[in-house]
Amino acid sequence: MRASWVRALWTTDHKQVARQYLWGGLGFLLLGGLLALLIRWQWAWPGQPVPGLAWALPESRGALTPPTYTVLFTLHGLVMIFFAVTPLLFGALGHFVLPLAIGARGFAFPRLSAAGFWAYAVGGALVLASFAVRLGPASAGWTSYPPLATPAFTPGVGQTLMTVAILCVGVSAFSYGLNFVVTVVRCRAPGMTWGRMPLVVWGLFYGAVLNVLFVPVLAAATLLLLLDRVAGTQFFIAGAAAVGGGGDPIVYQHLFWLFGHPEVYILILPAWGMVGDFVAYFSRKPAHGYRLTAGAMGAVTAMSGLVYAHHLFTSGLSPVLGRAFMVLTLLISLPAEVMFLNWLMTLWRGSVRLTSPMLAALATMVVFGLGGITGLALGAVATDVPLHGTMWVVGHFHLTMGAASFLAVFAGLYFWFPKMYGRALHEGLAKAHVLASAVLFVGVFGGQLAAGYAGQLRRLYDPYQYTYLKHLLPLNQWTTGCAFLLGAAQLLFVGNLVWTLWRGRAAEPNPWSVGTLEWTCATSPPAPDNYATEPVVLRGPHVLSQPDVQQQLGRDWIGQAEAAVLGGTE
Amino acid sequence: MQSSHSASAPGGAKLAAHFASLDVQKHAARLGMWLFLATEILLFAGLFACYAAYRFLFPEAWAASSRSLDLLMGSINTIVLITSSFTAAMAVHYAKEGKNKLVGHMFFLTLLMAGAFLVIKYFEYKHKFHIGTLPGRYYFYDGIQVPGAPMFFTVYFASTALHAFHVIIGMTVLAIIMVRAYRKGDFGPNNYTAVELGSMYWHLVDLVWIFLFPMLYLV
Repeated sequence: MRASWVRALWTTDHKQVARQYLWGGLGFLLLGGLLALLIRWQWAWPGQPVPGLAWALPESRGALTPPTYTVLFTLHGLVMIFFAVTPLLFGALGHFVLPLAIGARGFAFPRLSAAGFWAYAVGGALVLASFAVRLGPASAGWTSYPPLATPAFTPGVGQTLMTVAILCVGVSAFSYGLNFVVTVVRCRAPGMTWGRMPLVVWGLFYGAVLNVLFVPVLAAATLLLLLDRVAGTQFFIAGAAAVGGGGDPIVYQHLFWLFGHPEVYILILPAWGMVGDFVAYFSRKPAHGYRLTAGAMGAVTAMSGLVYAHHLFTSGLSPVLGRAFMVLTLLISLPAEVMFLNWLMTLWRGSVRLTSPMLAALATMVVFGLGGITGLALGAVATDVPLHGTMWVVGHFHLTMGAASFLAVFAGLYFWFPKMYGRALHEGLAKAHVLASAVLFVGVFGGQLAAGYAGQLRRLYDPYQYTYLKHLLPLNQWTTGCAFLLGAAQLLFVGNLVWTLWRGRAAEPNPWSVGTLEWTCATSPPAPDNYATEPVVLRGPHVLSQPDVQQQLGRDWIGQAEAAVLGGTE
Repeated sequence: MQSSHSASAPGGAKLAAHFASLDVQKHAARLGMWLFLATEILLFAGLFACYAAYRFLFPEAWAASSRSLDLLMGSINTIVLITSSFTAAMAVHYAKEGKNKLVGHMFFLTLLMAGAFLVIKYFEYKHKFHIGTLPGRYYFYDGIQVPGAPMFFTVYFASTALHAFHVIIGMTVLAIIMVRAYRKGDFGPNNYTAVELGSMYWHLVDLVWIFLFPMLYLV
């Protein structure tokens, strides 16, 4: 028998792994959020001491120095993307929901998912450790572009530790990617055809495919960068710093964005899936154009590797390539449009219930729509050239992978939390949290779009040393105000979470009145092997408000595996 | 790949609770392995991309450096490795027939050839350390003084070392399966997934070399 602490830490139960990822992800979300608030402080009151930070920065009495500031924006990006959003979407929600939603007893490779969590944990520990080393943590930007990220310009051990940490989360992302794909292909319950899977499973599946395809490319680029840092190779060092020719930093940019652009779809595909499901569940209608929505997500997945060079329009790219990548980039917005219209059509004349997951899903739609539209200006070469490297870019990608992904995380958490912990969250607090977050997200990232359109470059330590940016101070202070309020609004979530885990009432068996397997065939929280008897799936996930069901069962939903004498409901 | 609560099935293979049947479980394992191998190739793709970009930047250095490699040793190694893949494939064949002793013998031959590959590689490396065709700033060979030559040897050493690392991992995996075939002897028509996956991994090691050899030695 293994000791109990070993069993608690090394668990092959997908639900327990999900809970581990959840706490890890929320912890890093807090860290990343605090870093963001410090960056915002600097743009509103440049060089002024941050209240309460004098203990950390005694020499400047709490004011952010330029080196500290570069550390802040570097770590904010890396922590949020690799240690908060991805682990929350795939690690927590994906690990929890995916086997349950397809009627499986677990993942195809349970030990692999446990190992993946520990790879993530080691990476996280390295990030935290990097605060303690000389010259501080990584500071070469979240993209770690060489030559800045080579030891010639960033000699600190912190940058090396971060490089290794990225490799660790790469191993983690790759391992659950592989696990998700094999599980969806081989472990679906009898009757769970591809066309009967909830849309969130489609989103997670496609996201997993992208993980498997493109995380190794990131690993390759990062490994080569690591060799440049520790072994004295010169893959990405050129010019005077190189011996006998040397490499080309642009090669790194290509490799990085070949991963980096699919990564933004990795971060949004599960969110799309959740939105698709939730608008159907809470409009009490079947998802409009289910096949088209799943197909559109597949089209985006297929195209996502073919658009990456729009990140390199100003890096020195052949104009022919620029034009090709512009066309491909603009094309990829078409399937996204199809999906968006399907969501709207699902809402159309639906019996909309504004529950907390539904509010969060609707908010996701709004911020994602805004992020998508502002992205068109960056996909076209002519408008990208002046906007590249400005706060416009920052506002755009924060609306999609910041606001939209996080609101989807909250949508998913509010929806599945009763299933995860068997307790019901406070619905009023949840709604207030979602609404406040959505409005303030638009405030913060809208403010950044406006500053970027006015020409403020991202990453400037003190934008107001430029005369032409001086007038943007009030705008930036307003944006910072929104950001601090956004941070404060998260207390509603934290309070709700703590209160519910401590004192919350037991959740009803099916609080949202939906028919998916996890709510109709399993207890809350589910038993270790999920289902007492293997469910046999008879129909799709969105069989809602069907007249014959209503007539026979007296309710507007029916379980996916519920045996009933019905005439042809699909 | 099995979970804790598993039931025994005829032929020695165990069925985990989350699979419908042994066939499904075997297929899942194979699919997982294929995906893993695909990502392994993508891992090498970073080096291939560097090779392509820098070959385009430094064509003369690439030509001169490539000519300085020992084509005879490289060719012998290629033959050795391809032959070792053949014996690995034979091991799968015998595992399906339940001839465990032959499975062990085949993997023993594979390991022998893998060892020979590494010995030959060692002599090639030793020669390069001696004359100074080394990566980046450690380069001190007077014979080729063209810009880009140190970069060629950076790519050469990084890709062959990464490949050699895979050879060593593959040897470890095959050695474990070989010991199991000799000691336990439980491979048979219903239970040969381990042999098959190990052999697949070995074919990947071989395949990567089949790309590296022409890229570095021939063109």
